[in-house]
Amino acid sequence: MSDARLLILVLALPFLGSILAAFLPTRARNAASFMAGLIGLIASALLLSFYSTLATGQTVRHVAPWLPSLGLDFTLRLSGFTWLFALLVLGIGTLVVLYARYYMSEEDPVPRFFSFLLAFMGSMLGVVLSGNLIQIVFFWEMTSLFSFLLIGYWHHNQSARDGARIALIVTCLGGVCLLVGMLLLGHIAGSYDLDVVLGRGDIVRAHALYLPMLILILIGAFTKSAQFPFQFWLPHAMSAPTPVSAYLHSATMVKAGIFLLILLWPVLAGTQIWYLIVVTIGLATLLVGAWSAIFQHDLKGLLAYSTISHLGLITLLLGLGSPLGLVAAIFHTVNHATFKASLFMAAGIIDHETGTRDLRKLSGLMKFMPITATLAMVAAAAMAGVPLLNGFLSKEMFLAEALESQSGTLLDWALPILATLASMFSVLYSIRFIHQTFFGPPPVDLPHTPHEAPHWMRLPIEILVLACLVVGIIPTLTIGPLLQIAVRSVLGDRTPDYSLAIWHGFNMPLLMSVIALVGGVLLYRRFGGRLNAMTNSPFIGRLKGRRTFETVLAALIDGASALHRMVSTKRLQVQLRILIVVTLAAGSIGFLTYGYSVGNGPTIMLDPIFAVLWILGGASAIGAAVQAKFHRLAALAMVGVAGLSTCISFIWLSAPDLGLTQLLVESITLVLMLLGLRWLPQRLPEFWPGGRTPFNVRLRRGGDILIAVAAGLGAAAIAYAMMTRPEPEGISRFFLEQAYHGGGGTNVVNVILVDFRSFDTLGEITVLAIVALTVFSLLRRFRPAAESVELPVQQKVQNAFDAGREDREHGDTAAHYLLVPRVIMEWMFPIILTCALYFLIRGHDLPGGGFAGGVTASIAILLLYMASGTRSVEARLNIQPVRWISVGLMFAVLTGMAAWLAGYPLLSTYFSYLELPLIGDMPVASALLFDIGVFSVVVGTTALILIALAHQSIRTPRAPKPEKAPDKIPDMEGDT
Amino acid sequence: MEAVLALAIGVLTASGVWLVFRPRTFQVVLGLALLSYAVNLFILAAGRLRTDAPPIIGKDVVDPTLYADPVPQALVLTAIVISFATTALLLVVLIASRGLTGTDHVDGEDDQ
Repeated sequence: MSDARLLILVLALPFLGSILAAFLPTRARNAASFMAGLIGLIASALLLSFYSTLATGQTVRHVAPWLPSLGLDFTLRLSGFTWLFALLVLGIGTLVVLYARYYMSEEDPVPRFFSFLLAFMGSMLGVVLSGNLIQIVFFWEMTSLFSFLLIGYWHHNQSARDGARIALIVTCLGGVCLLVGMLLLGHIAGSYDLDVVLGRGDIVRAHALYLPMLILILIGAFTKSAQFPFQFWLPHAMSAPTPVSAYLHSATMVKAGIFLLILLWPVLAGTQIWYLIVVTIGLATLLVGAWSAIFQHDLKGLLAYSTISHLGLITLLLGLGSPLGLVAAIFHTVNHATFKASLFMAAGIIDHETGTRDLRKLSGLMKFMPITATLAMVAAAAMAGVPLLNGFLSKEMFLAEALESQSGTLLDWALPILATLASMFSVLYSIRFIHQTFFGPPPVDLPHTPHEAPHWMRLPIEILVLACLVVGIIPTLTIGPLLQIAVRSVLGDRTPDYSLAIWHGFNMPLLMSVIALVGGVLLYRRFGGRLNAMTNSPFIGRLKGRRTFETVLAALIDGASALHRMVSTKRLQVQLRILIVVTLAAGSIGFLTYGYSVGNGPTIMLDPIFAVLWILGGASAIGAAVQAKFHRLAALAMVGVAGLSTCISFIWLSAPDLGLTQLLVESITLVLMLLGLRWLPQRLPEFWPGGRTPFNVRLRRGGDILIAVAAGLGAAAIAYAMMTRPEPEGISRFFLEQAYHGGGGTNVVNVILVDFRSFDTLGEITVLAIVALTVFSLLRRFRPAAESVELPVQQKVQNAFDAGREDREHGDTAAHYLLVPRVIMEWMFPIILTCALYFLIRGHDLPGGGFAGGVTASIAILLLYMASGTRSVEARLNIQPVRWISVGLMFAVLTGMAAWLAGYPLLSTYFSYLELPLIGDMPVASALLFDIGVFSVVVGTTALILIALAHQSIRTPRAPKPEKAPDKIPDMEGDT
Repeated sequence: MEAVLALAIGVLTASGVWLVFRPRTFQVVLGLALLSYAVNLFILAAGRLRTDAPPIIGKDVVDPTLYADPVPQALVLTAIVISFATTALLLVVLIASRGLTGTDHVDGEDDQ
């Protein structure tokens, strides 16, 4: 008996290992493989501990609600079948890890390989252990992603990159279809919970949406399991390192589709359409794969096509819809995984030790590597279905099922014949694999002299081959109970009687087996010699899956870019115009449909001063718009006037906090812009030929004015209509009533920011920090344009004056510039800082707060810079804005997390009042601590941005020749 | 009052939209500044206009009708700080883009 929560551990272990492996040093081959192997063993052991529970026919479930309202829970589910499959994933995974330790070269970044492999193992376990349809799709996509990374592991290799890309596109395409299919299935069944869905098979099969859902899910499964016509990605994926092929392309990735079909078999199977689609596709894949495998010259290519063919066989079995077919499918899935993994590993050893995988070059290796040869022979015999091996048992079941199937279509009589034919091909390519590699004359011209592989590298193959033998000879004692648990968990009461005996007497399946074996041998004797000379598979060599794929892809990309050229533009102005015009149109629809009316709520009498204020403000806004092109400074000043009008309006309209903050921010922004102005190019009025503005320019400007006026009118109209209507009851009452009693502050705006909605504020200061770092890193690399680097005219005049007089040093005039205001500005520093702290502390009760305080403090710093100059300030004062930011963020987050200690949710606040002598009652709320964090982030951000800009002026211009000593990368603290 | 404020929002919006349509980055920065004034005033106006009623409450039982709506104010306060950050970022991006491309056109290349 095991706790269901152990499943979380089983699933989490590979991912944890993956992250750990990613941090290992590049050459830590042993450490990485040891850890990966250990994780495989521990997870397998944990999984085995569930055996006694599952043997009683129970299903283990662990549900963690996530979005219960949407039917999305994190559900782990272990039934007999998924247990068997997970064991396969972990067991073969562990063996592959051992194999890969010896296969991977020391030159490769092996920890990265194991990191990907473990992540893939985790994703695969995720697919297998998920008990929720959407969760399955999630992990399914992750397997696609990590298989992409694994196939492309040797990314310096073009064919690896191509293979990875093809595999990713094909499987992700299937993934999208699967997602839609699963959503449909969940919709039909009324739940995304797998167990619920499994219980509603009848409803699902009778539903009108059954067919589209079925097709979508099948596309998902077929792309993953390389079924015809999507089979072409698998042979290209053979550019992966062989351990990847042994793992992904025998036991796991390509079996995911099969897994899904088995998992959903009780729900989806049993209809005529299921039979037709799945049997046809399976049969086509079986034949195409087996036929193509015969003509491959690459060992791994042969194995890839053989895998395709065996996957087709399993699909075909599932398509038959009979319980016995399902038994055979599960059985063959396990068998195929064992013998195919060992064959891939053997192929890897041959490649590793001889330097080639080309069947035409290989020959007579039996003498050089007898043990590997023996192992490969046994595994290949299992693949061919030779008696006393596991492959024989499941193939026998398959042939029996092929005979049994009755659907009333042509398939009834075609199936047994084609099944025998495919088995014959299978025998043929197995013999070719063995005979050409291990027998015949000694090889010539091999890149390496072949020899036996190290013992530890052979061990995984030995274990797998032993499994083939044991299962093949005493099936009832070995695989029998496991298979029974698995089958029972899928079929329940429909579990058929089946016999795993080796000998069923003389019957049709045995006859078909014998025909296949003898036929295969005869065919090889007759045609085997000619195969090496063939460059293409006859008949189906024309089916260029990859070329079709590339053509379709190219057409798609061309079409997309043509469409993009047609409907879009790179020009930002045009895009913005479209955006605003569409917004205007969308806004007008409301007016046009319902008409425009002014409300009759209470209004305030107009104060003439307010009107004057906005005559001024509006005029400046328009003035700024007109002057911004040629008179930047004037435009900036006018924007400032508009900003001040806004600021006064805030105060007028009962928002002192806004007025205060706006005023402070306004000053900072102004300085910022002034600092930026220097780096802009000089702009002179255009000279148009003929002295007249061209028509198209006038047209464009006229259009812009029209849009701008329309936008302004629209905004004014909406604002007026809104303001003249009474305010509906909102959430404000709550805040006003709770601010003091719940939040301990009388300034409701501040209490909202640092208490009620402090999570928003936390997000906001994070944004500030990100902006500051972005600005910093953008300016680090920045070199101003050449014409902006020159000293300004005034400084040149002053320096010339200094140079002309004997009693003056260079820079004296500049140093005494504005001496009196400078002294005053320096004296202001402590005063403004005190003011900033005052704003911060009183913020909870009166206008102020962390934002206002922070901006004030940075104004103090700014004044100091302006008064004394960058160099002299930094010689005396070491401001480290990045530290202010990080400390502030940490302060805010830790304050918020402290609530956890008291058992409250994140960012809950605590407050009380503290009696201080002289000062009196002082509110002490944890929100104040949070506000200190805000303060610190704001100080750091503004200081970082301003200092970064200010530093541009004292930069040395870029060295004219790059071959000179690399110029120093200036940083905030050092570049003075 | 309402009409004046509505007109003010309108004028700010119109000037701002005109400026963000311009091809030079500095004009766009100024345009965004004007637009953010307009938007901030609009959000504040969504709480309806009140004079002499700042949301600084007493410590006793509170009568919500006596105070201006604090929610739009909190929103605008956030918006002011964020618009400062975006203005700063935009300014720096335009300086960097000017340094990299040699022009202050928004597309990074002059159209003529």
